[in-house]
Parts: sequence; structure tokens; C-alpha cells
Amino acid sequence: MVEASVTKAKAKAKVIEVEHLDTYYGTRQILDDVSLGVEEGEILVIMGGSGSGKSTLLRYMLALERPQSGTINVLGRDLGSATRTEMYELRKRSGVAFQSGALFSSMTVGDNIMLPLREHTDLDETTMRIMARLKLEVVDLAGFEHLMPAELSGGMIKRAALARAVVMDPKLLFCDEPSAGLDPVVASAIDDLILRLRDALGMTVIVVTHELESAFKIADRIAVLDGGKILIVGTVDEVRACQDSRVQNLLNRRVEQEELDPEAYLHRLTSERRT
Amino acid sequence: MATEQQSRPAPWMTRLDSIERLGRVTIDGIREFGYAAALFFESLYWLVLGRRWRQTVRMSSIVSEAMQIGIRALPIVSVLSLTIGIMLAIQGIYTLSLFGAESRVTLGIALSVTREFAPMITGILVAGRSGSALAARLGTMNINQEIDALQVMGINPVRFLVAPSLVAMMVMVPLLTFWADLVGLLGAGLYVSIDLGMSLGAYFDEVLNSTTVDDFAHGLGKSVIFAALITLVAVVNGATVTGGAEGVGRATTRSVVQAIAAILITDMLFVFIVTR
Repeated sequence: MVEASVTKAKAKAKVIEVEHLDTYYGTRQILDDVSLGVEEGEILVIMGGSGSGKSTLLRYMLALERPQSGTINVLGRDLGSATRTEMYELRKRSGVAFQSGALFSSMTVGDNIMLPLREHTDLDETTMRIMARLKLEVVDLAGFEHLMPAELSGGMIKRAALARAVVMDPKLLFCDEPSAGLDPVVASAIDDLILRLRDALGMTVIVVTHELESAFKIADRIAVLDGGKILIVGTVDEVRACQDSRVQNLLNRRVEQEELDPEAYLHRLTSERRT
Repeated sequence: MATEQQSRPAPWMTRLDSIERLGRVTIDGIREFGYAAALFFESLYWLVLGRRWRQTVRMSSIVSEAMQIGIRALPIVSVLSLTIGIMLAIQGIYTLSLFGAESRVTLGIALSVTREFAPMITGILVAGRSGSALAARLGTMNINQEIDALQVMGINPVRFLVAPSLVAMMVMVPLLTFWADLVGLLGAGLYVSIDLGMSLGAYFDEVLNSTTVDDFAHGLGKSVIFAALITLVAVVNGATVTGGAEGVGRATTRSVVQAIAAILITDMLFVFIVTR
């Protein structure tokens, strides 16, 4: 009984907590009172259409932007007030695979993967090389360490980026659109890889995507964002069963048509708007 | 016709627009200047205190930048300084011949090359060659999210990218300038020896007699400032790139134009202050 409650408490431990986050781009509000928790060991998929604010939410969780209002707590640290040392430690414990891969074009694949080890550890060159090769094995890119990123295909770049993201065995892995722009077979392989990495390395994974198939395949929970607001956070079944029309529109790939009366439409077409 | 008149903004609105644009440009300029100053001091901070945060500025990065900025620029710096030296000798001899004072040409050449031409031509060349490359590299990294990638890896981009370039530039530009001094003087000497029949030995003897350490220091001192300007202008332009590949192109061009303008204006101010 006690064991069961301890296990439950452990399963519920939050590694990321976003509370009442509002963000703005100039005067335009992007995120509107977003609150979200990520539990340890889960794969949380943040899903939404283009312009829904999902990439902005990711940038805030990665502390690439400082929150203007609301709080973001990652691995027990408040990103708004974390010191330089705390941020440094936090970043050593998280890995990020960017949408474009963001591999350094002037370095070989091997050097890209070894960069975090070179910067944050005192390991010798041979050990670092072995560790990089190990991660390349995990992402099925063994033997490609001498190539330059420009010589890799789209899917290989995404896999190499994943290898670099996990080279320090982080507690948290963030993936931005991991299967976007890839053919279905490669996209599915990337999804399998994320599941394998989570199981093998026991990390918490946050995936930002607009690919429904991928989201349903890998997610433990899904957070649906639309117009900067969270519509629902729940399991795949809960999201599928959600009656909210905006969620259903997203799931059924329907475009929400704004109904305008002809007068207003004509005015919109003819008026000059200053941005 | 009536619609056309209606859609045309009133003259006072156009004036307001111009004032607003001017205000924006001024604010952007001040912001960029402040950003450049912050980058300079942050680079110094990482150079001095980087070890404390386990974020050292790596010597290997500085050496690789120095190779790119300095060693690989030697052939073109040599060619241009030799040309400038010869050109100065031709102009000097021609001008002084009007007064029958060709023999005094060495003094003019020695002072012009060491105090002005060598640092200026080296600065302009490095701005076009290495400053543009740095702006393009940073701009491309920016749009490819590589700068974000560095940040989320816990690697400070200023320490990793800017500080090595700044150090390499501030070491290599004065060295290139000194090299340009020697080659420029040699070029002028070759022409003088042919045209006036003066031996190279006698020419260099006269050069040494007519210059002081201060003249060389004047040129080299300026070149250190030029080096910092080239780096900071390139970094500010590269780091603020928006608009994809076209944006990178725009930033690169802007970087070269701004760096050359900054070099010439600083040169004028430096000469004014030092010679007063």
C-alpha cells in the first residue's frame, strides 16, 4: 500500500510546471494564461496548428526568452529568477533537438555530437569519441561521424540532432517538430527512436508537433494549443473524446471558417492597415 | 480622381512619418551601439573570468580564427601594400618635382605609410574579407537556430563565437598592419631606387631617420581600434539577421559598409585627437 502510494507520488512528480504564462510579440499576445505540468518519465506532446503558440511555449520552456508574466519551473528551478550557475546546471541536464537540426555546419557530425562533452566534461578525446559513437549507434548513424552536416539527408540530420541532444544523458529531452518535412517511413522511424530513447535512457520528453499521427503514436499525454490558449491536456483517448469544436477541427484537419458579412469583408479588403 | 485624392495622405502626415522614421533609425542606431559595447565587455568578461564558470575561451578557436584573419590574408595584404607603396612613391616624386625637392620624398612616404596608409588599407581589407565572413557566418548560424542550440547546450554564444574572433582580430590586424608597413615601404623603396637612383640601403636608412617609434605606434594603435570595430560591427549585423538567406546577404553588405565607414571616421577622430 505504502509502496503503491510512493510509486504514485513519484509518477506524479512534475519536472516542468508552467503557470499562468502570458507572452507578447510587440503588442500582440501570443500565449494567453498558459498553465501546464510535465510529469517525470512521460512523453508530453504539445500539439497545435501553425501560429497556435506551440513553438513560443517551447522557447519559453527552454529559457530562450524570459517570461513577462507567469512562472516556469524546470527541474525545480524558476526560470524567471534562476542565476547564471543554476541555468548552466539546468542546461547540462536537458537536451534539445531543433526542427532544423541546428547542427553546426562547420563541424563534422562527430564533432557536433561531442561538443557538449567537450564543453561540459573533462573526459579525454578517446572516451568522448566512444560516447559519441554510442549515441550514433542508438540513432542508427554509426559510421557517419566523419561526414559534414551538409552531406546528410533530412532524416539523418534529425537523427544526428537527437544524438547530440542525448549525448549528456539528460533528464529532459525537448524535440521541436521531429518528424516534420520527412516522408512517412522516416517520420515513423524517428517516432520509434524517441520512444526507444525514453525507454533506454529514462528521460522525460516534450515534443512539439503538428503531426497528428506522430503525436498519437508517441504521446503519453497531449496538450492541445490553439490561439495561444491550452484547450485540453490529457491522454490520447481523452483528447480524441474531447467535444471542443476547435480540438475536433484540429483532429479532423478541418479549417475553422470565420463567418463575415459581405460589408465587413469588403471593408477588410479595401482598408489600408498599418502594422 | 476623387478617390485618388482621398487616398493620398495629408502633407502633415507625411512629415510625421518622416520624423517617426528618423526617430526609429536613431533609436536603432543607439541600440546597436549599446549592443556592440555590451558584446565587447562581455567578451572581455569571458576572457578573464570564463574559467571560473567552466566556460573558457579556447585557444584552439583563437588560433583557427587568427589563421583565417591573418595568415590567409597575407598575400592580398602584401600585394595591396606594395601597390600603395609604389603609388605613393610615384605621386610623391611627381608632386615634389614641381618644387625640385624629389629627394625629400622618403620622409613623406615613411610617414604616410606608417601613420595612415598601412593601417587604413589593412583595416578596409580585413573588413571586406574577414568582417563580412564573420557577419555571414553568424547570420547563417542565427537563421539555422545554431545560436539557440549553443544557448540551450549551456554554451555562451559570446564566449564561444565572439570572444575568439575579437581576440584573433585584435592580435592579427596590428600584425598585418606592421607587415603592410614593411611591404609598403619596400614597394616605395623599389620605385624610388629605380627612379631616383637611390640604393635600397640608403632609402631604408633615410626611412629610419625620418620616422620614430611613435609613428609606427600611431598606425598600430589605430589598427587595434579598427580590429575591434570590424568584429563588433560584423557580430551586431550577423546576430540581428532576420529574413532568411536574403537577410544574411543584406547583413553582410551592411556590415562591410558600416565597418569601412567606422574605420574612416575613427581614423579621422584618432588623428585629430592624437596630433592636437
